[in-house]
Formats: sequence, structure tokens, C-alpha cells
Amino acid sequence: MAPALKNENMSHQSHPTCAHHHHHHELRVENLGVRYRELDALQDVSFATSCGACVALIGPNGAGKSTLLKAVAGLLPIAAGRILWRGTKVAKWSREIAYLPQREDVDWQFPITVRGVVRMGRYPQAGWWRPFSTADETAIDRAIELMGLTDLGDRQISRLSGGQQQRVFLARALAQQAHVLLLDEPFSGLDRPSKSALAATLRKITGEGRLVIASHHDMDTVRGIYDEVLLLRRKAIAFGPVAEVFNEAALDATFGALSATEKEVA
Amino acid sequence: MIEWLLEPFQHPFNQRAILAALMIGLTNGYASAFVVLKKSALKVGSLSHALLPGIAVAILLVGLHDWSAFLGSLFAALLIGLGSLAVSRGSRLDQDSALAILYTAAFSGGIILLRRIGVAQEMEEWLFGNIMGLRDSDLWTNFWISFGALGILTALHRPLLMTLFDAEVAATLGVPVRALNYLLLAVLIVVLISSLQAVGCMLALGLLVTPAATVYLLTDSTNAMFWGGSLLGGLASAFAVLAGWWLNIEQGPAIVLVLGAVFVIAFLFSPKYGLLGRSRGRSC
Repeated sequence: MAPALKNENMSHQSHPTCAHHHHHHELRVENLGVRYRELDALQDVSFATSCGACVALIGPNGAGKSTLLKAVAGLLPIAAGRILWRGTKVAKWSREIAYLPQREDVDWQFPITVRGVVRMGRYPQAGWWRPFSTADETAIDRAIELMGLTDLGDRQISRLSGGQQQRVFLARALAQQAHVLLLDEPFSGLDRPSKSALAATLRKITGEGRLVIASHHDMDTVRGIYDEVLLLRRKAIAFGPVAEVFNEAALDATFGALSATEKEVA
Repeated sequence: MIEWLLEPFQHPFNQRAILAALMIGLTNGYASAFVVLKKSALKVGSLSHALLPGIAVAILLVGLHDWSAFLGSLFAALLIGLGSLAVSRGSRLDQDSALAILYTAAFSGGIILLRRIGVAQEMEEWLFGNIMGLRDSDLWTNFWISFGALGILTALHRPLLMTLFDAEVAATLGVPVRALNYLLLAVLIVVLISSLQAVGCMLALGLLVTPAATVYLLTDSTNAMFWGGSLLGGLASAFAVLAGWWLNIEQGPAIVLVLGAVFVIAFLFSPKYGLLGRSRGRSC
């Protein structure tokens, strides 16, 4: 039964933490449509970005931000269009794409330590049974160190600050050697210092050549954190560099009064 | 005094009971970690009640053989579990309500049936267990159930742990979450049945929740929860069988009572999470 976890390409084990020179790795979403029961959660969404970028996903509640993240993670069936990562269709799952859950979806009382969570990032490489190699342990140590959690390895995850908790899951994605990190509202519920620390961390992660896509609520901080922005309201309203796309007109189009048909659907 | 302490070890039925208690406690203790982490104690409790009508029907159809009670109860638990799923999917009712309706109805039917087919005197054994009545063949049945259940649960430890912690992320990492959940439920039902002769279907839930729940209050390590629950389940059950002999009380309830007492102690005095022993609060 193990092959599902094992057959993932081993070629990347030679790069201890990921891809410093993978800027050409492209994520391309083409005419994506996702349906929840009878409703169109996403319709005809297209954009393309690549490793090294930090992309903000912006739109009103119910605009389909979480849906888009989950679709890219392979969690939802696609009704139309396709998602290409490095030129091939995104399968049900990939070690190279990490999905980070929303804070409310995590059971913080689960009896697991910081290190225990980060170790899970190595399960895809190790399969269901193989004991961890020194390469696995090194990757775990490095990820923990990169996220500044070295002294907290044995801490149960509820005994951390909000910012630290966020970094635990980032560390797991790093241990997994993911190229694409999908974050659902990573800044929500954080205090001001934690927010700026997380912003710096995300910059560091993209600086190393990874692609970060995060749904985001706070309009004032978009310019300081992200390179690109996708304005979303069931359809892609606009996509491009923050400087070009993130302006009043586009925001009005994204957040403006709901049209009659949209109200009906909502 | 020494003689009194050693007496239970001399009778074969007692030796069998102690061995069975160790085995059943060990397996149930390990499995209890899954029940606690999945927060599915109520569901498992409902299914444990569903075992009784299965036994009744099996006895009615083929009589009481080594495996008839086992297969009958397994079938009943699956039927009622899947039935509740079908009702909740096919109507606006939630699954817990559907489960409650089905298992109480089935349980009632089981009691009436057991009285009708003239095994009423054994009914108390099915309800509260009779670990002294175990035969060698029962011991072997228990052994194979323990062996199989522990084998499956430990072999699938990594994907199961990921599924329990975060099913969605587990799915993005290639874990077949839905299949694992069904498998886990099936294993839990089989483990539940294995404790039937020891503690009966009314008390089986205690053995399948309390051990790991107790350890949960003592540790932050996942492995400690599994193996600690296992150790606690095995030792407490074996001790309870002995204590039952010494004090002349029923062994089945004694097992669950001892586990309950250990839980209360942990609840009060756990250094980290106890009511009185908490040195520093749950920060953040």
C-alpha cells in the first residue's frame, strides 16, 4: 500500500531544502472551474506565476479564496479547466505542493510537539514504514532552525504564540521540501509584531525560490508583503504585479455591491 | 496473607482470566488512543450497544459457538453503523441522532430476543462480562484479534496519525483518508468485540476510552499516548481481575472501576494538566 507515498520523485533529495534556482518553475491555472454541489464556487479563473513569487489572494467572503487554494492542493475535484505545475497536471497530491490549514482547523490540544508536526513533513519521503534516515533528520533540523523554533522543539503546540504556531506549519512545509506553499489566512489572529515577523518569514521563503500563495484580508499590508496579487470574486477580476493591479478601481470591482445573480447564489 | 495474595494464580480459570485481561487491556488501551484523538467515544459507545442484538440473532440462528457471537456482533455493529450513515445521508437528520435511534431500537430487540430464546441467565454476562468463564479457545480468539488489530494499527501508524491530526493535509500528502477512516472504525469494532466476554457490551466503552484518555492528561507525546494507554489498560485490567478475586467483587465492573479511579487521580494530580497539580496554566 505504500507506493502511493513512495513513488514521489526522489531526485530532489540531492537538494537538501529545495530550490534556489527554480525560478522558472511555473504554476499555471487555466480556465479553472470548481463546483460545490450546484453552485459555481469558481468560474473561468486563469493566472500564471512562478517560484520566487509571493502572491496575495484577495476577495470578499465567499469569493472562492479557500476553494482556489484547495483546488491547487488537489483537495477538490475540478469541474473545468486545468492546473499545471511545472508543465504537468496537478494530480491528487504532490509532495512539492504544501497546503497549510487555517488556524481554526487545527486541533491545538493534539498531543504532539513542534518537532512531531515537522516530522510529518518527511512522511511522504519516508513512506509508511521506512525509519527516518539522517537526511530526513537533517531536513527536519534545518526546517526547525530556519523558522527559529530550535529551542521549542519539544513544546506541545498549544503552548506557543500565534506566530510560532504559524511557523511550525511553515517548517513542516519546508521539511517536506515543498516548492509551492498554499496558506489560508495566515495573518488572521496574529498580533502586530507577529504579523511583521511572519511577513519577513514569507519574504525569506520566497527569497529562497519558493512560491507562496496566501489569502489575505488586510488591504493596508498587501504592498509590503506581496509581489503579485490575484483579485478574486468567483472569477478572476485581475491578476498581476501589486504595483500594477492593486488599485482602487480593481478593489471596487472586487468588493463592490453584489450583483443580483450573485446575491441569489450567496 | 501471602497465601491469600497468591491464591488467584493457582486456579486455571483465574490464570486464563488474568492473561485475557492483560491481552484485552493492552489492545483496548492502544486502540483507545484513536478513539480519544478522533473524539468518537459516543459513536463507539453506540456501536457497543449494537453488539447485543447481533449476539442474540446469531444464537437464534446457529446457536452459541466459538465464532457465532463474534460474527453476529460484528455484523450488527456494521449494519447499524452503515444504517445510521444511510439515514443521515438520505434525510435531514444528523448521524448521531440516527445512530441513537437505531442502536436503542436494536438493543431493545436484542433484550427481548435473548429472553425469548431462553438464555436470559446469560444475558447479564453479555451485558457486564464474565471473564472467569473464558475457555482456552476464547483466549486464542482474543489473541488473534489483539495480534491483528495491533498489527494493523502499528503498521499504519504514520498515515493514521496524519489523518487524525489533520485529515485535509493528510490527503494532500497522498494518504487515502476515507479508506483509512473506515478501516480504523472496523478495527475499533473488532477490538470492542474482543472485550465483550470480559466486561460486556455495557462496559466495553470504558476499556476503549479510559486508558489513553488518562495518559492524555499526563503527556504531550503521541507515542506515550498509544503505548502508555496500552500499558495502563493491560496492567489495570489484570490487577482488577486479581482485586476482584481478593475482594470478591465482579471482575468486569472491577476493570472499568480501576481504570476510572486511575483517571480521576490523573485528572486531579497530573503535573501538567491536572486540576490541582497544574504548575503553569495552559498558556496561549
